[in-house]
Amino acid sequence: MIVAARAVGFGLPLAIVMAWVLARYRFPGRSMLNALVHLPLVLPPVVTGWLLLILFGIRGPIGSLLLQWFDIRLVFTTAGASLACAVMTFPVMVRSVRLSLEAVDPGLDQAARTLGAGRLDRLFHVTLPLASPGILVGGIVGYATCLGEFGAVITFAANIPGQTQTLPLAIYAALQVPGGEAKAAELSLVSLTLALIGLLLSEWLGKRLNVVLGR
Amino acid sequence: MSLSVRLRHDFPSMRMDMAFEVPSPGVTVLFGPSGAGKSTIILAAAGLLRPDVCRIEVDGQVLADTATGMWLPPENRRVGLVFQDARLFPHMSVATNLRFGMRRAPPGTVRFDDVVDLLGIAALLGRRPATLSGGERQRVAIGRALLAQPHLLLMDEPLASLDAARKAEILPYLSRLKTALRLPVLYVTHDLDEVTRLADSLVLVDAGRVVGFGPLTEVAARADLPLAQRDDAASLLHCRVVEHDPGRELTRLDAGGATFWVPLLDAAPGSESRIRIPAREVILAGRAPDAISLHNIIDGTIRRIAADPVRRAVMVEIVLPNGALLARVTPDAVSRLALSPGGPVLALIKSTSIEVLGG
Repeated sequence: MIVAARAVGFGLPLAIVMAWVLARYRFPGRSMLNALVHLPLVLPPVVTGWLLLILFGIRGPIGSLLLQWFDIRLVFTTAGASLACAVMTFPVMVRSVRLSLEAVDPGLDQAARTLGAGRLDRLFHVTLPLASPGILVGGIVGYATCLGEFGAVITFAANIPGQTQTLPLAIYAALQVPGGEAKAAELSLVSLTLALIGLLLSEWLGKRLNVVLGR
Repeated sequence: MSLSVRLRHDFPSMRMDMAFEVPSPGVTVLFGPSGAGKSTIILAAAGLLRPDVCRIEVDGQVLADTATGMWLPPENRRVGLVFQDARLFPHMSVATNLRFGMRRAPPGTVRFDDVVDLLGIAALLGRRPATLSGGERQRVAIGRALLAQPHLLLMDEPLASLDAARKAEILPYLSRLKTALRLPVLYVTHDLDEVTRLADSLVLVDAGRVVGFGPLTEVAARADLPLAQRDDAASLLHCRVVEHDPGRELTRLDAGGATFWVPLLDAAPGSESRIRIPAREVILAGRAPDAISLHNIIDGTIRRIAADPVRRAVMVEIVLPNGALLARVTPDAVSRLALSPGGPVLALIKSTSIEVLGG
């Protein structure tokens, strides 16, 4: 749960920035960046986890720097599990945010310009509020997906109870133990409930926001 | 003080090359068919479109000059723009919408309460844009643009998306604004009614070129410009109400020396108004007739005679002390009266043919 919250907490703002860049600007390498963002969606999760392990491992190019400079170790920690989750859900969030950003009428942006609003001013007071339903849905779906993340987490952060053990990892672990079916069923029920709540919540909040936005 | 615009831009399908200069403050109407380049002027003035060559100056302040590489971005121009589709922010109340530009502009002379009052939108302040009618939305959009304390107000066909009833609802507000604001306004329309009611100056645009510009009364009365080619060609004159004659049920108007009698008006003596005289209602004569129902026999000098082959007619332009008259007559009349540029002529106009427009 905490893993997922952190993943969304760090991932969503990044996803918004990425979605804004992809939605508003045309630059060389844009389609490459777009492909890179969506890579975790099509790559087997285990491969993603392995790539993370290479990059962020203690001896990896980024991981060793983090360890040397900030004394941060990501592999086999809760933070690492969050990172794996964030990377996996990033495409989902970017997609959802980008679609809602693109749905915002550019005419309103022009109107705000003529009224004296600068670039960031317009982003925070016009574009983002109008795209908020999509951003919210992106966050909630991202959170729900994080809760279910398996392959990348187990590869990158292992399966340490209380630290990096996500729900599906716990269910899998329970199933490996003789007589663990009851526990697995219990955990599955929790998982099912969380997923349902997430979906209903996003639906309801989306509706409320649309009312506020006057649609 | 003046507003001067010069721009050239090559679109894939046509070249725009336009220049004009009009007095400021005042309402300048850009008039012409769709696709002629009116909106290009508006977008360039707002800074939302950057033409290849462009110089825009308002009251001595240069907003853009491609010759020196000077280009103020729209957010720093202090140019208000009212779009055809009001473009109110849907997630804000009417009041927040109105204050959007005001909060981002230095304090100015346009006050919130005055604007709300002038546009009659006090009852709408707490509402959301989605719940407003088209006319109400457009009024809020005008208020929002004004409250940003603009140096120049641009209106791109603000009434085009409204039906006739909504238009009639907004036009009086625009007329009031015109007198209440000391601001240069560029107003795009292809509706002649809006031109005659609002314009001080007129810029005629066609196929990417400016075919004529100047004071409304001058441009409207030019026999060689497109306005005179229309069925509803008419001359416009500024008048002052001189006196009422309730006994004869007539009102006397003075147009800078020329006197017009019209059916009794409500306006107070001394008030200003403008009158519209359709060209086809004007009769020309060499000598004043007697025993005639007519009240208005106006002395003038012929300035120009332009042929109108489509209608087998001739447009005669007559100079008055202040302004000009247009008369659409037959070629035969011109030859029978031996009319020629520079010669004197009498224009005979029925009182009931004169349309008094107010303000």
